[in-house]
Amino acid sequence: MPPALCQGANRLETASGHVAAHLAYSLSSLGDLGNPAPGVMAAKPKLWYFPGRGRMESIRWLLAAAGVEFEEEFLETREQYEKLQKDGRLLFGQVPLVEIDGMMLTQTRAILSYLAAKYNLYGKDLKETVRINMYADGTQDLMAMIMMAAFKPPKEKEENIALIVTKAKTRYFPVFEKILKDHGEDFLVGNKFSWADVQLLEAILMVEELNASVLSDFPLLKAFKARISNIPTIKKFLQPGSQRKPPADSRYVDVVRRVLQF
Amino acid sequence: MAGKPKLHYFNARGRMESIRWLLAAAGVEFEEQFLTSPEDLEKLRNDGSLMFQQVPMVEIDGMKLAQTRAILNYIAAKYNLYGKDIKERALIDMYSEGMADLNEMILHLPLCPPDQKDAKMTQIRERTTNRYLPAFEKVLKSHGQHYLVGNRLSRADIHLVELIYYIEEIDPSLMANFPLLKALKTRISNLPPVKKFLQPGSQRKPPIDAKALEEARKIFKF
Repeated sequence: MPPALCQGANRLETASGHVAAHLAYSLSSLGDLGNPAPGVMAAKPKLWYFPGRGRMESIRWLLAAAGVEFEEEFLETREQYEKLQKDGRLLFGQVPLVEIDGMMLTQTRAILSYLAAKYNLYGKDLKETVRINMYADGTQDLMAMIMMAAFKPPKEKEENIALIVTKAKTRYFPVFEKILKDHGEDFLVGNKFSWADVQLLEAILMVEELNASVLSDFPLLKAFKARISNIPTIKKFLQPGSQRKPPADSRYVDVVRRVLQF
Repeated sequence: MAGKPKLHYFNARGRMESIRWLLAAAGVEFEEQFLTSPEDLEKLRNDGSLMFQQVPMVEIDGMKLAQTRAILNYIAAKYNLYGKDIKERALIDMYSEGMADLNEMILHLPLCPPDQKDAKMTQIRERTTNRYLPAFEKVLKSHGQHYLVGNRLSRADIHLVELIYYIEEIDPSLMANFPLLKALKTRISNLPPVKKFLQPGSQRKPPIDAKALEEARKIFKF
């Protein structure tokens, strides 16, 4: 069995020796989140990534929204990265890496889909799931633009920001405003909190960091933002001291360039 | 009563080809409407048919689906090519995403400026033989089964075989050190719906030529 897939491996120790309990069920505003197998105590998921948002941030958001505690190991040196590769834990030699339920999962979307399904944030049937996927994929495209902008030459910064804000206001936000308007419900899909709502809030906040008034023409998105931000698990994640990461700065860019050598 | 799925794209592989492969492998007949001019794209946009103003778009089961991955996920789940539980699905997704990354590099090669083409090709070759093919060969070796996940055909096998055909178009010798992958390719190619799709006259598209590239540039304005 390749080490990267380690399905039967016993990896229940965590840095602090603490083993996480079941999902907190006091998340009444989330409705039915479903149960992990009764009596099964699971270790906390463990995340390996650079000390910043990048491709891991959406995963942190989703875990946090689901009320799942997680641990993080930050890659800051080339040596750490090469060790991970040599240990065979990175199927394609890349991070994000999430150790969860005895699996070493890489590929951001694979991880997000697993978490969404596991924590019942993926719709009640195939038609709801495909809508969640469409909305999540759209917001991911927008957030990828923001992520990559940090690595472009500084002189292109203004232009990139303008382009992102324009795309947000003309291609992405109108779509979600219309979805909310058409069904008049609190959540994007199936009148129930899902992964799509978490991604959209994440995207809104990221674009607002670039341009604070970006929601000025989108009243339903403004209300959506307030509503989702008030969900207890999300509210907690939005507070200082949580595992949410700040926007990329030059120090973060330097770390990534150093570790990945580009 | 559901009609056949209808695919909206231009007449080339692009991002729609993996959807064509998956539908074909699942034995699902589909129709295609080709964009041949910028006006065709504008019309679809103005009709409100394209969620984020982009293609691929697939009409299926009364929905107009956008976003390649969302479409592939839907087809895989509907036709039972997505594993038996979420853990198998996670492996299938992980493998499929890796394949999509390599496929993306190959897809973009014709769009590369001439002075960057050689470097890009070198990178594709290197990634193929050092990153991606070894990973999948190792998966097959680890369990010795005929399919990548769960001892059963899944979308991962279909995507991989599609990718192997593209790799062989670039250079057949890239497959030299991967006997299990070559065997998988033969096995999957012999499945009746795949065999049919591989025959001339099917809806499988050829590599993009200069004429199709020019058409794409006009339609999508790049």
